[in-house]
Amino acid sequence: MSAIHAETAPVLVQDGPSHWLVYTTGLVLALVLTGTSFWVANSSILWAPGIAIGLAVLAIAQMGIHLVFFLHMTSSPDNTNHALALAFGVLVVFMVVAGSLWIMRDLNEGMKMPAGQSMGSSMEMPMNMPMQH
Amino acid sequence: MNQATAIELRSLGHEAPVAEAAGHAVSKEIVVGYGFWIFLLSDIVMFAALFAAYAVLAHSTAGGFSGRDLFSQKSVAIETACLLFSSYTCGLMSLGVEARRQGAFYFGALVTFVLGAAFLGLELREFSDMIARGATPQSSAFLSSFFALVGCHGVHVAVGLVWLAVMVVQVAVKDFRASVVRRLQCFSLFWHALDIIWVALFSVVYLMGVAP
Amino acid sequence: MNLLGKLDWDAVPLHEPIVMGAVGFMVLIVVAVLAFVTAKGLWKYLWQEWLTSVDHKRIGVMYIVLALLMLLRGFSDAIMMRSQQALAAAGSQGYLPPGHFDQVFSAHGTIMIFFMAMPFVIGMMNIVVPLQLGQRDMAFPTLNSVGLWLTASAIALVNVSLAVGEFARTGWVAYPPLSELQFSPGVGVDYYLWSLQISGVGTLLTGINFVTTILKMRAPGMSLMKMPVFCWTALASNLLIVAAFPVLTATFAMLLLDRYLGFHFFTTDAGGNPMMYVNLFWVWGHPEVYILILPAFGIFSEIAATFSGKPLFGYRSMVGATMVICVLSLLVWLHHFFTMGASANVNGFFGVMTMIIAVPTGVKIYNWLFTMYGGRVRFTTPVLWMLGFMVTFVIGGMTGVLTAVPPADFQLHNSTFLVAHFHNVIIGGVVFGLMAGYNYWFPKVFGFKLDERWGKASFWCWFVGFYVAFVPMYVLGLMGMTRRLQHYDNPAWQPWLIVAAIGAFIIALGIACTLVQLVVSILNRERNRDLTGDPWNGRTLEWSTSSPPPAWNFAVTPRVTEKDAFWVAKQHALANGAEPQPARRYEAIEMPTRSGVGFVTAFFAVVTGFALIWHIWWLTLVGLAGAFLATLAFAFREHEEVEVPAERLAAFDRAHPVGVTV
Repeated sequence: MSAIHAETAPVLVQDGPSHWLVYTTGLVLALVLTGTSFWVANSSILWAPGIAIGLAVLAIAQMGIHLVFFLHMTSSPDNTNHALALAFGVLVVFMVVAGSLWIMRDLNEGMKMPAGQSMGSSMEMPMNMPMQH
Repeated sequence: MNQATAIELRSLGHEAPVAEAAGHAVSKEIVVGYGFWIFLLSDIVMFAALFAAYAVLAHSTAGGFSGRDLFSQKSVAIETACLLFSSYTCGLMSLGVEARRQGAFYFGALVTFVLGAAFLGLELREFSDMIARGATPQSSAFLSSFFALVGCHGVHVAVGLVWLAVMVVQVAVKDFRASVVRRLQCFSLFWHALDIIWVALFSVVYLMGVAP
Repeated sequence: MNLLGKLDWDAVPLHEPIVMGAVGFMVLIVVAVLAFVTAKGLWKYLWQEWLTSVDHKRIGVMYIVLALLMLLRGFSDAIMMRSQQALAAAGSQGYLPPGHFDQVFSAHGTIMIFFMAMPFVIGMMNIVVPLQLGQRDMAFPTLNSVGLWLTASAIALVNVSLAVGEFARTGWVAYPPLSELQFSPGVGVDYYLWSLQISGVGTLLTGINFVTTILKMRAPGMSLMKMPVFCWTALASNLLIVAAFPVLTATFAMLLLDRYLGFHFFTTDAGGNPMMYVNLFWVWGHPEVYILILPAFGIFSEIAATFSGKPLFGYRSMVGATMVICVLSLLVWLHHFFTMGASANVNGFFGVMTMIIAVPTGVKIYNWLFTMYGGRVRFTTPVLWMLGFMVTFVIGGMTGVLTAVPPADFQLHNSTFLVAHFHNVIIGGVVFGLMAGYNYWFPKVFGFKLDERWGKASFWCWFVGFYVAFVPMYVLGLMGMTRRLQHYDNPAWQPWLIVAAIGAFIIALGIACTLVQLVVSILNRERNRDLTGDPWNGRTLEWSTSSPPPAWNFAVTPRVTEKDAFWVAKQHALANGAEPQPARRYEAIEMPTRSGVGFVTAFFAVVTGFALIWHIWWLTLVGLAGAFLATLAFAFREHEEVEVPAERLAAFDRAHPVGVTV
């Protein structure tokens, strides 16, 4: 364990351009991307079915800006463990969200009435079931 | 962590190891930073489950309000700006911590707090407006999942504000002791991560929710 | 506004003699323990040395104590179920009314998974991993303590549910709509949800702790590919904890929102979707079983190598198989609900993935076999458990591959065949692994070996008892018997169920043998003393310390150049004959101070949980405030570390000489 009184260097600091500049650059880039997202969603500049993808791309770009400029994630060897952990996390998120969406959409399809009515999650449970005691 | 001597190894006939780097003691900062990073990833997985629920239930409006009826783009834009700027001022606050300048730290902390509180205030107002219109979380699965997902993020922001306040007191009482600096770094990670989650939130819930 | 929420005297089930008997028994034990501690004047010792300890070894022991206690409660549930089903054939109602029986099978599953297997596995990893890595403690010792005590809080709540209120009647998975307020208006599901939310936080903290420790804190020179295989399996298991437990937390939170605030996540009206609960629950649920089994695999790797006197065969393929299982376990979860109605494509995908995951598992089995082949195998108790595992787990795995085929599963889902399958792999894999590890590492922790004869007796009772109990369940499943039946009409099932009940009693004998083994070993401890720290001629770093190790584990951090570093050091010492070992250079070290924050926050967690369950809102706030203030007090404490002077390190080593230091 390191001694209590020793001043040790902070973790995620890189040498290089002034940090104030790094944060400010990140802010400006994030503002631009955020503004673009709002514009894309609220105007008809993109072909309608493409809006979702456009927003997703912009969102991922914004997250990248945060990771690089605010969280100082780089490709340096010090960061490898962080990057691997992030990759694992992204993989898990993807599997949970994509997997759940695929499964639930599939199950909901199966619940539809043959005549093509809307999703039947309004099954009535018979209320004359005796309560167990 | 003190260094092992090479004497034992020579007594066993080994050469002293060449590379110090492979085994030098890892500082507590790095260990704590990494541990908190793992915690953040677990938190993101939790949000992913709420996101998945939202995505599945987004159209289950039970004949009631949908996102398009309810979401105010202007309000969300201001909330987003507040949170983004608070992430920026949190960065400035971190710079103050690195330079061990209390004044810069307090200023950065204060502005971050105010912006974060503004975000929460706007969000609470948005929620109460929705409820007043009858768009309660109890009225449909869509609204349940909306309130839970966005509300969970709001709870995290609130916890962050409490944490920030405690950290201000810690700096006042203990100055920039090593443990205090580590906790401040964890806070910064947390605060930036909340903004990252918000990016996903406003993109998926608010923007995709109203797109034609 | 009722000060006590929903709580009143009706909550105590005075009219149920079996429950009150169990409650009386538990109260008796608690009172006896408290009286004993008071009589011996041990409160200060207990508080300073155990309750506030942040030492991973002490924390590990406490986890295992909790697990063994809950094994007794979970197993009583098992005996009750087996005896009820042996009696309740064709018109007979047995002795357990349906509502009670439902709580018994729900409690059995919940307790065995969350409060027996998980704490046992986590306790084992806690004791062993820092020692194998050549470290003095985990990355976050205080957080370790918090995790332990949150688990204890959850256990406290589950046991309180026996005396005050009821437990869930939904099965251990608590599917909606049955678990929603409409069909479970009582407090049972709330006890289930809140205790698991509390222990879930603790488990997540544990996951973060182990991932960080294993990836960031290893002895100098110990690259990942020189790390013991048990640490690799611990890493994979804890990565799964970090990946899966947050999903469970979110899922239970959604169910709690439905129950407490009238939300509609899983209701059958207003657009809710109960199937989504099933989906999200098993996103957690499948990784959970791998969280349990992977460390057991690691234990067997250690034991196979040590007791064959050979290095583990195929280290790299073992590591590869472990990490492949880790990732694949996140891609199979739908096999728990093939019958919920997904299309053939979806069912087929997950069926295939489930079969694929058997491949890396097979790789491991072959590696253990090849490790033993050509070695001089010593048939100690741990090795018996391992051999029992290899036969039993493989059979269980094969029935798993059978049920992985969706059309087959349509016949077998929720039959007793399924019950037999998962007990086959959990008992054959997890329990046998934990018993092996318990016998293997006990001397390291307590300084004396466990009695071999009673250990072997315990193994044979478990091994025979398992097959007598569960082979009939396979047969019954194929005959059409479903699980969770309080009574049944088909008299042809009864003989099989009687045999199964006998099997359960044989296992009970096995548990009794383990308890006797402990008592006998304590009485005979001087005869079985481990004086060298290395009772088994081990290969990994934990055996280079004294038994038990000092609080700081290693006075001088070992430097490692190869796998099985301790074995290598011993071989060199043998080769170089009686060269005098030069004096070691000791330097003062710093150890983390103990802290009551874990115990105190956990106390307030019990208060908060109990208050939420009974809708006592003011008490909830009190509990939350207490936990918050305890955390604040910890954040502002003055002394975070305590220095251990070099002389004390040297004095300990002089008093406890070990054979070879690394």
